[in-house]
Amino acid sequence: MVENGYLALAAVLFALGGVGVLLRRSPLISLMCVELMWNAANLAFVTFARMHGNMDGQVFAFLTITVAAAEAAIGLALIVLLFRRREHVDVDDVHSLRG
Amino acid sequence: MTPVFLVAAALAVAGALGVILSRQPVHSVLALVLNFLGLAALYISMDAEFLGVVQLIIYAGAIMVLFLFVIGLLTARKDPVEREAGEPLPLQRPLSIAAAGTLALLLGGSLLVARFGGRPGVPTGFGTVKEFGRHLLVTHVLPFELTAFVLMVAVVGVIVLVGRKQA
Repeated sequence: MVENGYLALAAVLFALGGVGVLLRRSPLISLMCVELMWNAANLAFVTFARMHGNMDGQVFAFLTITVAAAEAAIGLALIVLLFRRREHVDVDDVHSLRG
Repeated sequence: MTPVFLVAAALAVAGALGVILSRQPVHSVLALVLNFLGLAALYISMDAEFLGVVQLIIYAGAIMVLFLFVIGLLTARKDPVEREAGEPLPLQRPLSIAAAGTLALLLGGSLLVARFGGRPGVPTGFGTVKEFGRHLLVTHVLPFELTAFVLMVAVVGVIVLVGRKQA
């Protein structure tokens, strides 16, 4: 079945995003890798929607995109806060934001 | 495996690898845009035309421009931002690659085992803006309204986080 290729691609993209989150120590890159994982999940949603001829998966993917936009805005705000305190930022420095 | 799928999948995987491997954050953003281009092509090839366009406009347009603005803001100082900040933790690389490999094997293996019962053929109007809007605004109107609330919370949260004057 053709759709299995799409689902396998979604699995590969999700794993690549995961390895990025685990591997890179820059919070910016980590955030981008989280975006990769969101998109892999979206691809699976759209694939299943196509497979079942049902639009609900597409609507869910659309809502996911909206939530991802909100997440990107808040994540970038946190990164800006982190960089205000130090020159070079490591994901381990997040605890310095504790109020 | 259509040629469209092969080319778009290659673009998407190449973009994802570029995000992980490039040294400069700007290059990562550009690689991520490449990934989104591939994904938009895949969406359109699966009759999700509206989602493909939304992927290009919102993701590759709005969100990536936000990333670029932040990178530009942060690199306005003299040093490049992306000197790798710290030493990698002991065993970080092998362990993370092993974890992601296990994840990929699990997901891919479950796909090989699973038998998905799909319906052949799609109903008329599948994926068009009209059908999409009907589903979004009639069938799923409550999640749609909740999304507006989530966006408002995000805006207020960003203002609370960054907007205040601090020393």
